[in-house]
Amino acid sequence: MSRFADRIAGSDFLVTAEMRLGDSPSPEPILRQADLLAPHVDAVNVPDCTGANPHVSGLAAAALLVRSGVEPILHVACRDRNRIALQADLLGAAALGIENLFLVTGDDVTAGDHPEARRVFDLDSIQALAVAARLRDEGCLMSGRTLEDRPEFLLGAACNPFAPPFEGRVARLAKKLAAGARFIQTQYCFDVPRLEGFMAVVREAGLHERLAILVGVGPLRSPAAAEFLDRRVPGVQVPRQIVDRLRGVAESRQQEEGVRICLEIIDRVRCVEGVRGIHLMAHRQEHLVAEILERAGLRRAASAPGAAVG
Amino acid sequence: MTTRSWLRDRPRLLERAYDATLRLARAARPLGIRLGRPRVDALLRPLERTTKGWAFGCRMCGQCVLHATGMTCPMTCPKNLRNGPCGGVRPDGACEVDASTPCIWVQAWERAARMPRHGIGIHELQPPLDRRREGSASWTDELLGGADRTTAAR
Repeated sequence: MSRFADRIAGSDFLVTAEMRLGDSPSPEPILRQADLLAPHVDAVNVPDCTGANPHVSGLAAAALLVRSGVEPILHVACRDRNRIALQADLLGAAALGIENLFLVTGDDVTAGDHPEARRVFDLDSIQALAVAARLRDEGCLMSGRTLEDRPEFLLGAACNPFAPPFEGRVARLAKKLAAGARFIQTQYCFDVPRLEGFMAVVREAGLHERLAILVGVGPLRSPAAAEFLDRRVPGVQVPRQIVDRLRGVAESRQQEEGVRICLEIIDRVRCVEGVRGIHLMAHRQEHLVAEILERAGLRRAASAPGAAVG
Repeated sequence: MTTRSWLRDRPRLLERAYDATLRLARAARPLGIRLGRPRVDALLRPLERTTKGWAFGCRMCGQCVLHATGMTCPMTCPKNLRNGPCGGVRPDGACEVDASTPCIWVQAWERAARMPRHGIGIHELQPPLDRRREGSASWTDELLGGADRTTAAR
């Protein structure tokens, strides 16, 4: 069982952070980021071609993390692989010691810099979860062919409480639980009242007792970055007031204002009943993760489970 | 409003039409068995393609689940999601991929809520598609009895 699975089984407030995979074909930038994030969080998310832009393969990056003692959560998107490639990658991940999987449908190819690409979507995220759960629980592939050993997966899924149809979002969460998800990381939360409404329905259905729900948060570095997120990143909405607030301060202080907004949201999110943790997405501001968690009072002890060794 | 968009937004009516089709298929089963699968499929394929193509934008996936998806065809979703919607839906309910069209899963959830008999089906886990059946008629399976399309993804 992964350390992150142990942490979920416990009762502490959980913190994960997302790393950024860039365009360098060398391991150093990946390991540098892991060093920035890992000592302060329970696990590090390794994205899969974010926004449909090709970057270093998540599988390769996650394997580098495992080798340096950092526990990854590997994103696996349905956009780029059919069921053959998907199952092969899941088994490959297990062979490399990657046990935490985050199965998503994936942003459409039109979101990225290769909009002319063929979209695959052979399976959707819920079907992919069920496939991974079957590999683990029944030790067999979709075809029924038996594996020699069963992988030990902890399965996670995404949720966007901030996008319509709002009534369907909790029902879909229940589908993900039924398909095998045990933790959820949400899209960026800038609308806390919307999250509160969502969590009220989640609690009514008792889903928070069976799913560790981590709410996505992150600092905005400038009004331009906020607008980019709002307009160009599928499923993210940044309220006008937040963009205006960033614009209202001098340029030299905008980054600090973004951190303050993030801290305010973290404070409010922590008070929402049923929220098990936060998922920090500090895109291009990974160096601020330690400071944000320190100021939020979420600093890990020196011997944190996610800490890098060696 | 076109006849088509009027019809698409009548999930209760379509649900009744679906039930009627099922009854008809059951009644015609002995005849279908006598004709054999190839002939039934050749007969029903163009019929299904034309009518459901017009009414729902049917892509002939060959594994129709319309009654479990608010009488809204999931294959018209650019990501072909059978268990939608994805997280990319725009604030106004438009599709992530094409901002000029509504997300079909927003419509599906809204319509399923208006379907007293099959509306609950939207909560079922839809299994992965069998891509070999693309282009074949779902109606052939309704008539002759085919693979169970409503079981979960395992």
